[in-house]
Amino acid sequence: MKDLKIGKFILYSILIGYAVVTVTPFLWAFFASFKPLNEIVGGFSILPENWTLDNYRYIISTQPLFIRWLFNSVVIAVVGTLLNILFNSMAGYALARLSFPGKKTLFVLVLAVLMIPGQVTMIPNYLILKELGWLNSYQGMIVPAMVNATFIFMMRQFFINFPREVEEAAAIDGLSRMGTFFRIVLPMAKPALAAQAIFVFMALWNDFMRPLIVMSETSMYTLPVGLNAFQSENVSFWNYVMSASMIFTLPVLLIYIFFSRFFLDGLSFRGDK
Amino acid sequence: MAIKKPSKKHMREAGQGYLFMGPALLTIGVFILLPIIYAVILSFQKVNLLGGISEFVGIDNFVRISDDFRAGIALRNTAFYVAVVVPVQTLLALILAACLNARIKGTNLFRVIFFLPTLTSSAVLALIFMFMYNNQNGLVNQFLSTIGLPTYNWLGDPSVALIAIMIMNIWATAPFYMVIYLAGLKDVPESLYEAAELDGASAFQKFRYITVPMLRPITSFVVIMGIIGTFQLFDQSYIFSGGTGGPDNSTLTIVLLIYQYAFNTYDQMGYAAALAFLLAVIILAATLIQRKFQKDEQVY
Repeated sequence: MKDLKIGKFILYSILIGYAVVTVTPFLWAFFASFKPLNEIVGGFSILPENWTLDNYRYIISTQPLFIRWLFNSVVIAVVGTLLNILFNSMAGYALARLSFPGKKTLFVLVLAVLMIPGQVTMIPNYLILKELGWLNSYQGMIVPAMVNATFIFMMRQFFINFPREVEEAAAIDGLSRMGTFFRIVLPMAKPALAAQAIFVFMALWNDFMRPLIVMSETSMYTLPVGLNAFQSENVSFWNYVMSASMIFTLPVLLIYIFFSRFFLDGLSFRGDK
Repeated sequence: MAIKKPSKKHMREAGQGYLFMGPALLTIGVFILLPIIYAVILSFQKVNLLGGISEFVGIDNFVRISDDFRAGIALRNTAFYVAVVVPVQTLLALILAACLNARIKGTNLFRVIFFLPTLTSSAVLALIFMFMYNNQNGLVNQFLSTIGLPTYNWLGDPSVALIAIMIMNIWATAPFYMVIYLAGLKDVPESLYEAAELDGASAFQKFRYITVPMLRPITSFVVIMGIIGTFQLFDQSYIFSGGTGGPDNSTLTIVLLIYQYAFNTYDQMGYAAALAFLLAVIILAATLIQRKFQKDEQVY
């Protein structure tokens, strides 16, 4: 009995200790965003002595492009996610359910694509986008990323285990293949689609390297690239840099707090494969 | 008649198959397969973006890698980074997952908290850590001096700058793998632990002789994912050093070097493409070596 208590004490010490390690950087940054600069450079307290919103006012008034960067990020992440859900599911469904010549080859192709590091295609992709005139455009960010081999593979695994009877019943009721897919199969695949949506969205939303290469015009920056540019213009003005970081982070954190179950379950769904 | 009918049905199904695959095939074709072929061609050329002229230079780009001292530094930095970060983040993820899997209250709350860094953008995390590492009154140095340890110029001293990035990335990535381990732990049969308890096994013995071996396939997955991810370090190095890889090339990684050659100069794209192939080969080789080790272990 005593051993059990000691065990619990050690477990909780580890868990609480690591929770502190996890939360401290966020809290430190969050509170710094409400401090005047002299408190950051001179003070030691975690909480601000004089709470102020000046940092937020300053960055909105001196960098009006923040709103534009936010808009760019939202357009790219939302449209990109919707296209991914649609196209990955369609391809996964075809690989799982339809029979057509060359299917095996295409499946191997999808698996092979998973293995190729992005750096190999990064330079040619830039040249192709340049040739198409798609640099500094939304389609230049969205179209090359509108399918994802990982999730094609995941959706194929999902549809292979999908009950065939449902589709057969729909076919007897006179629904076409397209109709069955969009009206019966996709709605039943919601959990898989939600997991996919979260991971594709997070990847597009947080992507740093691709927008850095594709978007060279300041007005076309996404938030991560804009944030980096803002930081290099405001070196050691940590109060401004931290408020800008918070504007970018808080929306995602709020979504996470409400939907954390989906994030964590979605991940285990992916880990299970 | 009897043969024709199914063939028509087959034709229609084949058509639907290609229709469903269409967007994926087009995108993979134009933005992955075509670029791979293009990258092969580029790696054998000297590309001048300004004049739009490219000339064939054979394997010069590949030969040049061995003479390029910055490529050597980038390779060494990246290898050091991978060798430290992959084992540490894997072990940390495993320990956290094992703790969260214990039947105690509140684990769900801890799980939600631990996952926070994983969904925060690398750009924001880099800025927050630069703020904590900074030399004028940064939190890390304040903490170190409070408990009597030496302080460092984390961002400006070449001997610690890469370590600063390692600490940040272990902190940021371990929770992601922790969740993968947690999913794997659900499949470890409870009866194994019960049997061990009857035999009087301690908590550490249960961890060492049941949890670790049972999770071996997951560990293999986590290590391979970790190797692939760490070899591609870019965002944090770029942001910490303002794109230079400094101080004194100490945060220069292979991908950052590829980026610099490809996009900060006008005539090095071919060489950058050759470096990208080298990276792909290194990642493939590291993955295969890891697999080989894994297989050897399973013999016992």
